[in-house]
Formats: sequence, C-alpha cells, structure tokens
Amino acid sequence: MKIIAKRTILIAVLLISGAATAFAASEADFKAAYAAAEAANKEAAGLRNQWTTTAATLAAAKKAADSGDFDQAVAQSREAEALAKASIFQATSEKERWKDLEIR
Amino acid sequence: MRLAICLTLAALALAALAFAGPSAIAADTPDPVAEAKAFQKYFTTKFPKLKPEDFVNGPYSMNEDLHRQWEEKEQFPPYEFSLEAGKEMFATPFKNGKTYGDCFPDKGIGIRQNYPYFDEKEGKVVTLELALNRCREANGEAPYSYVKDEMASLTAYMAFTSRGKPFDIKIPNDPRALEAYQKGKEYFYTRRGQLNFSCATCHVQEPGERIRAEVLAPALGLLNAMPIYRSEWSGMGTVSRRFTTCNNQIRGVPLNPQDEEYRDLEYYLSYVSNGLPISGPGARP
Repeated sequence: MKIIAKRTILIAVLLISGAATAFAASEADFKAAYAAAEAANKEAAGLRNQWTTTAATLAAAKKAADSGDFDQAVAQSREAEALAKASIFQATSEKERWKDLEIR
Repeated sequence: MRLAICLTLAALALAALAFAGPSAIAADTPDPVAEAKAFQKYFTTKFPKLKPEDFVNGPYSMNEDLHRQWEEKEQFPPYEFSLEAGKEMFATPFKNGKTYGDCFPDKGIGIRQNYPYFDEKEGKVVTLELALNRCREANGEAPYSYVKDEMASLTAYMAFTSRGKPFDIKIPNDPRALEAYQKGKEYFYTRRGQLNFSCATCHVQEPGERIRAEVLAPALGLLNAMPIYRSEWSGMGTVSRRFTTCNNQIRGVPLNPQDEEYRDLEYYLSYVSNGLPISGPGARP
C-alpha cells in the first residue's frame, strides 16, 4: 500500500513538473504573439487610430523578452494585441456612430 | 383577405420609404450654412447669459472666478514676449531679401480671419501655419516645427493684427471643399483613443465642466484665440500643438501636424465659428 502511495505521489510530481514545463513560454511563443500584436497595430495605423497604450504595451513586451522573461513577454504581447483589436473595432464602429453626436 | 393585408403592408412600406428617403439623403449631404447656425445656436442656448463674442475667451467665459483671473492676467499678458518676437521675425527679411509679407495678401496684416482656406488649385485646405512654412521654403529657408515657439510667435503676431475681425472662412463651390468640411466634421465627432473621447465629448457635451482641474472650453470660438499661452505648458502653443496634445491626452497616437485630417478639422471648426472675432493670441490656464 505504501509503495502504491509513493508511486502515485511520484507520478503526480512528475506530471505537475511536466505541465509546468509545457506552460512556460518560449522565445518562439513570444515572437508569434508579438508578430500578431504588431500586425493588429499596423491595421489600426491604416485606420489612423492607434492607441498610445498599444505602443507602450508592445514596448513592455519587448523589454520582458530582452530580459528573458518570456512568460511576461507573451502576456504583454497578448495584451497589446487585444488593445490594438479594440482600437480597430472603435475605428470601424465610429465610421457611422459619430453622426449620433452631431449637433443638428 | 391575405392579399388585402399584403397590399396594405406594401403601401405602408412605400409610404415610409417616401418619407424616409429625402431626409436620409439630406442627413448625408452637408449644409454648412445651416450646420454652422445650428452649432452656434446650441452654445448660445446652453449659455444664454453669454454674448456670441464671449465664447472666444474659452474657459474664461464659462466661470466667473476664472474670468476675473483672466482680466488681471490681461494686464500683463503671458503671450506678450511671443507676440514681440513674432513681430520682429515677421519684419526680418529672409536671406534672399524677401519677407513673410511678400507671401500673403495685404502683406500678411489683418488676414488671420481668412485662414484656413480651401485652395482650389491644390484641392486641399491650407492653414496659416502651413502657409507660413511654405513661404519659408519658397524663400530658401528651412520650415519651422509646427508645435514649437517660432511658429507660435509668427501666428501670434498675425492673429494680433486681426484682433476683432470676424472669422470669415469660405467654402467655395467645389465638391472637394465640401468634402474637406465634411471630413473635418467627421474627425471632430469621431471617438478615438483608449479613453474613447471625441473632440465633441469635451467641447460640445461638457463645456464649462471640469476635467480634473481644468474647465473645458466650448468648441464655439475655440480657434479664434489661437495661438495660446498655456500655463500648463509654461509656453505658447499652436493649433497643431493643441490638436496633437488632445489626441495624446485621450491615449490616441497623434497624427503628424498638418496631416490632412488636422487641416480639415481646422477648416470645419473655424467655419462653424464664422462671425466670431479673432481674439488671438490668447492665454489659457
């Protein structure tokens, strides 16, 4: 019984450590996430509606990657992508919505 | 019976279209004269105690305490150094011997109220700041930064020579001019930046209210006082500086000064203040 319990604990530890390794972001993960964020921000630029916070978050992502913290770098890249996508949504929806504010 | 219902519905739909059709078209076709009238009426109704010409004093017209501060400030106006510098710069010849006055009608004196104008040859809006830099370049001089002191000084002097003259912005009979006006209006009302503000959010919906420590100026007469000395900046600011700073404040990446959008915005915003006197250079908190 004791042997079974020890084996179970050992397997659990191995599984947890394996999972942790699997979840740790790599440089490749960062590059992919950063490229996606940059592409969205470029689209926002085409709509003449970039946000300063997107640029700041992209810079923070790069800084984290430069210091080797790829978990943080990926998280910041995803945040930047979300901000850029929000700015695209804003620019697109405002194409008609601005008229609601007009003094007539 | 079913046929009768269908016919009735079809008749109602046609009638609805007949009524909706013209107004939908009218909503998309700008009528600058009527729009400027409605624009001015909105502000004079919102602030019935103010005379139209009071609006050119921005936040100082909105708040009695601030108005008293402004009256005292005008005894020794903070834009005076800039105005003096501008006067001297304006009169100083370029290396080729010509002056700014040679680039403008009436030698550049008392013409501020006519800018921006729509240049039918170019098909675009020309602002005073742009015209000044074009004048410099045409005479072999390097252009000035649109957001720094030299440009503010030059426009301060030109505005001063037009003080009291009503804004007289014209929209020529050219579809491109009407399009520029419409684009300027669209920019004015479009929300942007992470804070989701448009120019109108502050200057139409909330003039006279505070945003943090500042009292918001009404959009009517906003550009009549330009350029301005801002205590917040500890210096002078041009129209370009005002536009780019506004974009930054709402967490939007500003465009380049004198990009077409800003020129169109200035065209629209000046046009709807037609008839109100030039009061620049101004001072703001």
